[in-house]
Amino acid sequence: MNLHEFQAKDILRRFGVAIPPGEVATTPAQAEAIAKRFGTAVMVKAQVHAGGRGKAGGVKFCRTPAEAKEKATAILGMKIKGLTVDKVLVGPAADIASEAYVGIIVDRASKKPVFMVSPAGGIDIEEVAAKTPDKIRYHPVDVRYGLQTYEAMQLGFFLYSDVKLARASAKVMQQLYAAFVASGCSLAEINPLVVTPSGEVLALDGKMVIDDNELDRRPEIEALRDESSEAPSEVAARHANLTFIKLDGNVGCVVNGAGLAMATMDLVKYYGGSPANFLDIGGSSNPEKVVSALQIITADANVKAILFNIFGGITRTDDVANGIVTATKDNPLKVPIVIRLTGTNEEIAVKILKDSGFAASSDMDEAVQQAVALARTGGTAA
Amino acid sequence: MSIFIDRNTKLVVQGITGRDGSFHTKQMVEYGTDVVAGVTPGKGGQAFEAPAAGGAVRRVPIFNTVEQAVRETGASATVIYVPPAFAADAIMEAAASGVQLVVCITEGVPVLDMTRVYPFVKERGVRLLGPNCPGLITAGESKVGIIPGRICAAGNVGVVSRSGTLTYEVVYLLTRAGIGQTTCVGIGGDPINGTNFIDCLAAFEKDPKTKAVALMGEIGGNDEQEAATFVKEHMKTPVVGFIAGQTAPPGRRMGHAGAIISGSAGTAKEKIEAFEAAGIGVAKRPLDFVELVRRALS
Repeated sequence: MNLHEFQAKDILRRFGVAIPPGEVATTPAQAEAIAKRFGTAVMVKAQVHAGGRGKAGGVKFCRTPAEAKEKATAILGMKIKGLTVDKVLVGPAADIASEAYVGIIVDRASKKPVFMVSPAGGIDIEEVAAKTPDKIRYHPVDVRYGLQTYEAMQLGFFLYSDVKLARASAKVMQQLYAAFVASGCSLAEINPLVVTPSGEVLALDGKMVIDDNELDRRPEIEALRDESSEAPSEVAARHANLTFIKLDGNVGCVVNGAGLAMATMDLVKYYGGSPANFLDIGGSSNPEKVVSALQIITADANVKAILFNIFGGITRTDDVANGIVTATKDNPLKVPIVIRLTGTNEEIAVKILKDSGFAASSDMDEAVQQAVALARTGGTAA
Repeated sequence: MSIFIDRNTKLVVQGITGRDGSFHTKQMVEYGTDVVAGVTPGKGGQAFEAPAAGGAVRRVPIFNTVEQAVRETGASATVIYVPPAFAADAIMEAAASGVQLVVCITEGVPVLDMTRVYPFVKERGVRLLGPNCPGLITAGESKVGIIPGRICAAGNVGVVSRSGTLTYEVVYLLTRAGIGQTTCVGIGGDPINGTNFIDCLAAFEKDPKTKAVALMGEIGGNDEQEAATFVKEHMKTPVVGFIAGQTAPPGRRMGHAGAIISGSAGTAKEKIEAFEAAGIGVAKRPLDFVELVRRALS
């Protein structure tokens, strides 16, 4: 789960990181009022789960409250990478002498949280890695001890030659690490970490991605979820315990298991079609999940054919069949459906489907080819 | 022969009285797995009954702790079906109990938990498979986990995969084409897991019965690229590979940031090229495994 900048900053402040104040506005008038209260030049920043906000025009410097209102009018409602901005963060603009990058991610290879720090802050770390890889230092952390002071100081001196700045940034890194662990992050970063002309070290931005598997035991973090900033279909899928990612094609796919779901999408492509989505109904299925899956898929106007690919292990194929029958009883499908299922309770499933007028195949390649052809020609429902 | 488990494997089921644990214990006993004990804290002294082959009923004693279960039964492996919040502790309890193999089926284990668990397990020289994996099966001998037994047949192809149902699909295609397997292993799709492709490939290479290996990878990370290098440098046994996710949308930011460290973006294209460079036959779709594996065996 992604946190907004203002939410990540709230958490980092609690761990002691120095961050300029800021308030959230949802209307231009609010932005103006906040700017007036601060009485200084402010930054107006789009709060949206996408990188590259600055490049997209979602971050603006404003000298006066009137200008804050004007810039907020432009930013609120704008789209950044397909997501609509409905909140801006307004706070005093800081004077900047230098910018650095400080981040932590969980690294698959070393199986540890790894610090990445760079004196070239303010831009995407990917860009730094591509153009000037020697300007990044990596440091894996042994979680049993945490980030020791000497380690943080090594990183601090990589960023600054001045001992005061090295020490101040080392402290920020230890605070960031504490926040990372306490919040169940898979990524946490400060970009930029700036030094002001008077020598203060401040975090001007904050980003946190929470490991979804942590949310059950961290209700206070789950409570920060902002559903208005997510795609409605992905919100509906999460409520139904489905994993769903919308794509641009026209074959709607319902599959059990992430690997098979990806392989099914690949096979749609292999036979000349284009998948409309990734949808994994997960291990233990129940008919309600299938009903939700069909609702989500049929809500996409691009979908011209629906493909079920179920390999029953834990998933019982009769559950899936019952789901299909239930979902289509009151809302008959407007597009053709191709059902492939095999495995646990296959015979029962085939009978359930047949009794309701659905055909089923047990061969994956055959089913995919059929779905691709139907999506192209717009055949009638089976 | 086989890898990691065989008919002599003596298994403990952690979470044997839970919904998934009880269901799959019955399936494992039915397949022929020697389930010697179950663990559910507070239910020590009770027994779990499972119908075994030939109409017999197997009474599996339940213990309060894994340590007790291993001491009383001489178990060599455990399988974990506990909820995600308890999985990290269950893995550590198992690793400290003296067994050689710990298989964690549980899905949804926080990755930060795994950063603590992984070194704990490694320091004790224990093999961990998973978490979030389907387990493994040695055809005709023993299964540990949730892979459906009836899709497998004994033979001489080793199977290793990051996913569950995709493994079933490929094993099913092989079996239907008359190509049997030695051991099928699902290593799990989580960012931090106990056993990787190379561990399995090295074991298959040492197994005299395994004459070819089918490997199913996915986008993300660089385990497949490392596996390809291992195949090229250390293996005589032919390997056939597949990468799922060729049409998946580009990963989220996290994937990229991780990729900076590994020096790769983990795309399907990159992995397929690594396979080709290592002389691994590349299946373009699951069905292609049949022909490629058959060719590798001949």
